[in-house]
Amino acid sequence: MKVVILAGGISPERDVSLKSGRRLSDHLSEAGIESEIREPDELLIDYLATTKPDLVWSVLHGAGGEDGSIQRLLEMLDVAFVGAGSREASGVWNKSTAKSIVEAAGIATPEWISLPKNTFKQLNAKSVLGVVNKKIGFPLITKPVEGGSAQGVSRSENAKELGKSMVDAYAYGDEVMIERFITGTELAITIVDLGKGPEALPAVEIIAESGNFGYEERYIPGETTFYAPARLDAGISQKAAEVALSAHKVLGLGVFGRIDLIVDENNQPWFLEASVIPGLTETSLAPQAFIAAGWSLGEAYKAIAESAISHQSRR
Amino acid sequence: MSLMNETNTGSITNFDYWKSAYAGRASNLSVSEVRALFAVVSRPEVVSLAGGMPDVSELPTEGLNKAYESLMSTRRDLALQYGGGQGDAKLREQIVEIMALEGIHGSAEDLLVTTGSQHGLDLLADLFIDPGDVVLLESPSYVGAVGIFRHKEAEMVHLHTDNEGLSPESLQQEVTRLKGLGKKIKLLYLVPTFANPSGVTIPQSRREEILAICENEGILIVEDNPYGQLYFDEVPPNAMRSMSEQHVVYLGSFSKILTPGLRVGYVLAPPAIREKLTLANESAILSPAMFGQMLVSEYLTVNDWKGQIAHFRDLYRKKRDAAIEAIDKHLPDIETTRPKGGFFLWVTMPEGIDSKAMLPLAVSELVAYTPGTAFYGNGMGKNNLRVCFSHPSIERVSIGIQRLSTVINNQIELLKTFDAE
Repeated sequence: MKVVILAGGISPERDVSLKSGRRLSDHLSEAGIESEIREPDELLIDYLATTKPDLVWSVLHGAGGEDGSIQRLLEMLDVAFVGAGSREASGVWNKSTAKSIVEAAGIATPEWISLPKNTFKQLNAKSVLGVVNKKIGFPLITKPVEGGSAQGVSRSENAKELGKSMVDAYAYGDEVMIERFITGTELAITIVDLGKGPEALPAVEIIAESGNFGYEERYIPGETTFYAPARLDAGISQKAAEVALSAHKVLGLGVFGRIDLIVDENNQPWFLEASVIPGLTETSLAPQAFIAAGWSLGEAYKAIAESAISHQSRR
Repeated sequence: MSLMNETNTGSITNFDYWKSAYAGRASNLSVSEVRALFAVVSRPEVVSLAGGMPDVSELPTEGLNKAYESLMSTRRDLALQYGGGQGDAKLREQIVEIMALEGIHGSAEDLLVTTGSQHGLDLLADLFIDPGDVVLLESPSYVGAVGIFRHKEAEMVHLHTDNEGLSPESLQQEVTRLKGLGKKIKLLYLVPTFANPSGVTIPQSRREEILAICENEGILIVEDNPYGQLYFDEVPPNAMRSMSEQHVVYLGSFSKILTPGLRVGYVLAPPAIREKLTLANESAILSPAMFGQMLVSEYLTVNDWKGQIAHFRDLYRKKRDAAIEAIDKHLPDIETTRPKGGFFLWVTMPEGIDSKAMLPLAVSELVAYTPGTAFYGNGMGKNNLRVCFSHPSIERVSIGIQRLSTVINNQIELLKTFDAE
């Protein structure tokens, strides 16, 4: 099997993507699978069209990687790839769209509003944010609608902080989401479909030392403690897994995806967001789930690769 | 075996098995979101005005080949062997000639070759700084120095600096104040000529005043001078080391006038300090890399290195002009320094703009810069940024500034919208 790993790109998550790509390549190699890491550049499409690899595994983050565009090109090239198809990826890429989809399917998700930058060209910012505050209330989470790794995400306790948070989030994109903050246990649930339908791996519980699972807490070893499986009662774990599976299915994440949830004090799981390209760095969440499930990462990635190829034949 | 397996202890992991074992100062070593953003600067689409890199594409390959061939045919075995902790003797003699261009009459015996001048500064800081000791710095100061002093747990005190560099009045006032508080002031760290990041140069009269204060107060000056030869207009004042052998330790480098790829720098210090630095150098690395040192030495021997520096002066002058012209055109209301040499412009934006928070916006506009806070040990510099004009082509310097103007203007608009200033 010849696998091309797409990593790098020009998104703010380039560094994360490169780290994921190198780890993925190492583990595929352990499983006896040859892979080549390629950057998305002017030569890539011709290269893929000419060499026709058995599989493309993209760990490209940000626009161009997760927004469905590279997936669409791969579909047009008739090359098998890991993860959601182009239509599904473009839905999940926009966090607001993803929340609308899961909410429509009856899954709880914290109240939110998505605000394109242009909104504020017409409407008075104070009035808009005043309405948001009145309806949702502080504390609030502000995040770019597109993008990952918690870049541009912040929590606001009051109107002054909210203004600053909006500016910081707009630095990462033209649309920002304001979401109700839910106190509870933060979970990441990795879902794989290895031919028998989607299955939830053990939930990973996240306890950031700073109290905020931000960029540094995600990628600096030692800043966050992870429990895999999560320290939840079996019934609650089961409920969280079911919610994650439902979200995965309704969003169409394919052979490999990750659902981020929070379980509140009443044991209610809330959908926060989904990832079509789960990170695979040394501190990422999905690899921990595989280990907790008793897999070696080489075995896990090989199984996903094989499933993606088989899945392609059914696309 | 995977890292995961190595660090995972049962079902609980923080991915750092040794977290509780690190020395206290290790807490000063951390990566950040901003650092991650810099990963994009290696992409060709991005105009990087961030890293202080020389334009090595202008270094003729023939000259380097000539140096390499000469080295291999004359001193091959020495170049491939361990060397002395003080550095190659021939290179040190040549460095004496280079320093003489800036008025320094030094001895090869007082020189120590280091792995870039950054290494020399680290050795010096290690030699002088106990946790809590005060280091005085310009406002802003070199990011690499701030990093070293932070790691050594120094108290960094930034002094008032204007378009003529460090203010002697501020120096005297702060020294008096700090001594009154019982603080130990160990070093004054300066880049007096074409400073990094401001680009400003301290005039001769101020140099004399600063030196007099430091001599009187018993403060050692660390003069870092990687850019002194890269003047565009008039020749700058002589190095401060030319005025005092005892009160100035001098750091020099081949990174900006030749190449940073060989990592060859040097320290000129009074004998007692030099001796300790040599022992510290040997303790840390045994000897600086002989190959790099001797290649530099051969380059200087077989090439017209002065002619090459003159070429760099001309090149960087044109790049500076392109940067200033683009700023005047696209960012007429923004304040910037107008350096007469070196690599950098220091840009001051309206209060309220946070250059660190603005960086992702810049990356999406395919331009990168260094946020101002990197050049302070105390969180200042939020509304500043450093533009390095030395590395991109002249045309791309202009394009980069134009993109930067879009970023700054968008950020100003956002701040107004959210009243977040």
